[in-house]
Amino acid sequence: MRPFVYEQPTNISAAVALASRFTNSDDAPTRANAQFIAGATNLADYMKLGVAQPDRLVDLNRLAEPALRQIRITDDGIRFGALVRMGEAADNSEVKRRYPVVAGSLKLAASGQIRNMASLAGNVLQRTRCEYFRETSWPCNKRVPGSGCAAMEGFNRQHAVLGASDACIATYHGDFAQALIALDAVVHAEGSRGARKIPFAKLHRRPGDTPHIETDLAADEIITAIEVPAIPWARRSLYLKIRDRESYAFALASAAVALDLDGDKVREARIALGGVATVPWRARTAEQALQDKALDEASAKAAAEAAFADAEPRRDNAFKIELGKRTLVRALLETRDMKV
Amino acid sequence: MDAAAPKPKENMGEPLPRIDARLKVTGQAHYPADLPTANIAYGALATSSIAKGRVTKLHLDDARAVPGLLDIVTYGDMDKFERPKFGNTGATSIGPLHDRTIFHDGQIIALAVAETFEAAEEAAQLIRADYEEEKPTASFDSPGTKTIPAAGKSPLFKEDVKAGDFEAAYAAAPVKIDQRYSTPTQHHNPIELFSTTAMWEGDRLIVHEPSQNVTGWKVELARQLKIDPARVRIVSPYIGGAFGSKGPMTTRTAIVAVAAKRLGRPVRCVTSRMQAFGTQTYRAETRHRIRIGAGKDGRITAFAHEGWEVTSRPDAYVVGGTSATGRMYDYGSVLTHVSLVQADRNTPGYMRSPPETPYVYALENAMDEMAVALGMDPVEFRRINEPKTEPIGKKPFSSRSLIQCYEQAADAFGWAKRDPKVGAMRDGDWLIGMGCATAIYPTAAAPCAARVRLTVDGGVRVQCSSHEIGTGVRTVAAQMAAERLGAGIDKVEVEMGDSSLPPAPVSGGSISTASVCSAVLKACDAIRTKLFAAATGEGSSLAGSHNEELDVRGGKIVAKSGASAKVEDVFKTMQVGAIEEYAEFAPKSATPQALKKLYAGQPEFHGGESDEESVKYAFGAEFVEVRVNSYTKEIRVPRIVGAFAAGRIMNTRTARSQLMGGMIWGIGQALHEATEVDRRYARYVNRDLQDYLVPVNADIKDLQVILVPEVDHAVNPAGVKGLGELGNVGTAAAVASAVYHATGKRIRDLPIRIEQLIT
Ligand SMILES: Cc1cc2nc3c(=O)[nH]c(=O)nc-3n(C[C@H](O)[C@H](O)[C@H](O)COP(=O)(O)OP(=O)(O)OC[C@H]3O[C@@H](n4cnc5c(N)ncnc54)[C@H](O)[C@@H]3O)c2cc1C
Ligand code: SF4
Repeated sequence: MRPFVYEQPTNISAAVALASRFTNSDDAPTRANAQFIAGATNLADYMKLGVAQPDRLVDLNRLAEPALRQIRITDDGIRFGALVRMGEAADNSEVKRRYPVVAGSLKLAASGQIRNMASLAGNVLQRTRCEYFRETSWPCNKRVPGSGCAAMEGFNRQHAVLGASDACIATYHGDFAQALIALDAVVHAEGSRGARKIPFAKLHRRPGDTPHIETDLAADEIITAIEVPAIPWARRSLYLKIRDRESYAFALASAAVALDLDGDKVREARIALGGVATVPWRARTAEQALQDKALDEASAKAAAEAAFADAEPRRDNAFKIELGKRTLVRALLETRDMKV
Repeated sequence: MDAAAPKPKENMGEPLPRIDARLKVTGQAHYPADLPTANIAYGALATSSIAKGRVTKLHLDDARAVPGLLDIVTYGDMDKFERPKFGNTGATSIGPLHDRTIFHDGQIIALAVAETFEAAEEAAQLIRADYEEEKPTASFDSPGTKTIPAAGKSPLFKEDVKAGDFEAAYAAAPVKIDQRYSTPTQHHNPIELFSTTAMWEGDRLIVHEPSQNVTGWKVELARQLKIDPARVRIVSPYIGGAFGSKGPMTTRTAIVAVAAKRLGRPVRCVTSRMQAFGTQTYRAETRHRIRIGAGKDGRITAFAHEGWEVTSRPDAYVVGGTSATGRMYDYGSVLTHVSLVQADRNTPGYMRSPPETPYVYALENAMDEMAVALGMDPVEFRRINEPKTEPIGKKPFSSRSLIQCYEQAADAFGWAKRDPKVGAMRDGDWLIGMGCATAIYPTAAAPCAARVRLTVDGGVRVQCSSHEIGTGVRTVAAQMAAERLGAGIDKVEVEMGDSSLPPAPVSGGSISTASVCSAVLKACDAIRTKLFAAATGEGSSLAGSHNEELDVRGGKIVAKSGASAKVEDVFKTMQVGAIEEYAEFAPKSATPQALKKLYAGQPEFHGGESDEESVKYAFGAEFVEVRVNSYTKEIRVPRIVGAFAAGRIMNTRTARSQLMGGMIWGIGQALHEATEVDRRYARYVNRDLQDYLVPVNADIKDLQVILVPEVDHAVNPAGVKGLGELGNVGTAAAVASAVYHATGKRIRDLPIRIEQLIT
């Protein structure tokens, strides 16, 4: 592990100031000299492996602003402070009642120990688990821009079938983000150029030609909060996660679903897909396919077909297309049948 | 008594808690890399990123510039030492720093030594190599493999067993199958990482390293370093997960010892989890073709098992499980053949029930297919083919309780409620399947020495260099001594895991309990003989009693007549404060050189199929329920029952624990575990516990172990059959059969995953 400087600023503006002093304004956050750290469950891991090499860590855990650690529930929705731990959010009774899809996505992620360490903002920004990315001896465009992609023709069972590019096919593995994108969440950020709100759907960037640029954030921008709007019918929502074992594994395919039903008829559907795409993935065509339809196995299947119409398989991940569709069908039917 | 401490039945010992349990759960048990060591330096390995070629240049300047770097051991530095040897004490013959040829991915190219662990790691990461790269061969089907017959390539695999005229019988059989099966590469991932701590005291070398074979390593390390074995000591009191991974010594040990010598300081090297994939041994991938022919009545007339196994270029590691599968049932005729397929890979090695796990998986999956082909209940099919003698050498089994195991497990499982029709059982969206399979493991023992001392205060000290690999051998050795010397278990101390103690064989092949207990028994009996002689002397209360009428209990020597003498008083008579006996046990069929070989670290194994009068195996039957989601096809195992018979059970708690762990591993082998090889580069891809999946707690629900009473005096003086490796044999086949029952899909390639069921 390389030596690094460790900073512990005590308020947001000090943290931003530190970050902007030690980074260039056009650095991608993942390649900047100074990087933020919260629960450290992702970044410290990648530093030990030599995948991330910041010279300076700006620890956010001493920031004094109380809102960073609060879950605030109002008529407008829920506002999660960026440093709230996954475990706390998953266990919050109002989160569970109002947004089962949010609580479920957190509860089914990682392990109890990791959920107690990991922050919500860090979770949203977690980096891919692509095996070739995690090991520095392989070529990887995300780790070393322009070096090639070892996964493209290699072992790519866990890789994405949606949103990939010729440069990178790495999956975005987070669960929470699927619930957030489905519910039209908004991210609050603060940087040297001021504070702003970013629609969650705009936070992550598809790999394109620059897979090392993963988000819309600047290197000195801190996520301060994540806001989920009030959606009364989101009580009918769930997160279904399919994985190789019963716990402590990333999704092979997952679906975040919320339904506004009028009897059997779909007034509005919200669908996001995990484990299959390079970024948090809102399946709008599937949502449209269900609009005003009676939700049954046939319409659910039609929606799933629409969701994966553009899917591109690689050698080992072709099964994810069929699995993703079935996951969505099952999630839709289970959401329909929820007692709320 | 609770489930963890089953009530002993006939021929079973008490479920005493492990004597070192408290030390382990309170962190007092020091594993080799935990040992506080003064003035220590840290080593970190640099390994190759190619699988085949040559290192043309190493760039060490960046590493040398790391503050705190002390030394780099690399090419040239090992030249004056011997290369490692492949065999039971050595994991490979590849001497990674002896020449610049790269034989496999992750081969050691240097050891960086520094003041801190962090500095050593940083330096190791900064070591870069220039290679002259060649196109490597990854595995089966890759261009460039070389296939050779396995028979005779290993002392453990002398021949391809056969009996009768298979071809004729198979051709004539009215019902038959001909199928192919495969198992993947699997890597050892014990939670205790692999490590070496080497320190020199003058010309004496002490190595602290988790080891299943301290005596063998002492001799092999001394050979490599060209010093007298008497000057080498290997210490390994606790081992965090062994299962064969710490059996043969790897090449790291000598390199770290050389580093410590050069530096004049102790050096500790803990291998990273990723590096362990290339520097330790692993379970080779295997392929199988099985043909079975039977009459309409279900009686098997023909059985053929062909196996192919991947090995490295220089070393012929043989898995070779046909010796057991060829003797499993009453086949009539048997044909077997095992081939090795050489590729550019590190040398494979032992992993829990090395031959049986893959070979019995193939056999038992085929047996289920055959039962389906015959329209017969799979338990009934096995009952019909239960042999009186084994089909190869026509020898009897020293004991064989397979049918009792099937009956008791089937009963506990509720097999009678199974609807044999495929896909007929369902719970909402979940398809239910049930399957079963046989477990078998050869019963062997090896020569072993032990020293036992009884002191006048009633204390007992047992010394034996055997290894506490988590099986509870320390506890059962204590139980044996306590029982023979009439002492409370709290009075017994056991020292193990140190090559300066009386030698024990490698803790492999499930021989430890049998071998160690037989040696301890012998030493205790010698003490008893001395006590009895003194106690029955003229004028004493027990005068005239014969030894057979005497026992030691609760600090007294007691005669059948009821007369007794205090042990303390007998000590007085003898005018001693302690009686100490050194005993050497050798199995009945041992050769005259057997004990000499024990001291040389090359113990003979006896038992299994090698004895004249009978073959010796432990058996079990496992029943599994799986649930498969009808939409998304994920497979879960809510229930598993195993019944096992293994001669005398020394301790029902530790026995259950071993079998339970085996069954859980078996579920992992069925559904989770596989090392992925990038076929273009012959490199391992999923080298950590995130991507190398094993079962977690949530995967294991209702698991039941039944211990079936069995008495077998023929196996060894202790009457013990090893069971440490029995539990994970057969499990994967039971799961595969249950998946078939649920879905109608027969999966023949492990692990069974969603992608095989969904398309
Ligand atoms: C074994 C294992 C299993 C896991 N399984 C799952 C799973 O099943 N599902 C799942 O969703 N996740 C899983 N995870 C990922 C885990 O949830 C993330 O590691 C965790 O959420 C990251 O949060 P953190 O606070 O520790 O982030 P850190 O490691 O501290 O930071 C992660 C990234 O976010 C940045 N960052 C952190 N906070 C801020 C902020 N406020 N503003 C700007 N940038 C910030 C950091 O600079 C860094 O780039 C798993 C992780 C492990 C190790
Ligand atoms: S898929 Fe992306 S992350 Fe993985 S190796 Fe290719 S470029 Fe790197």
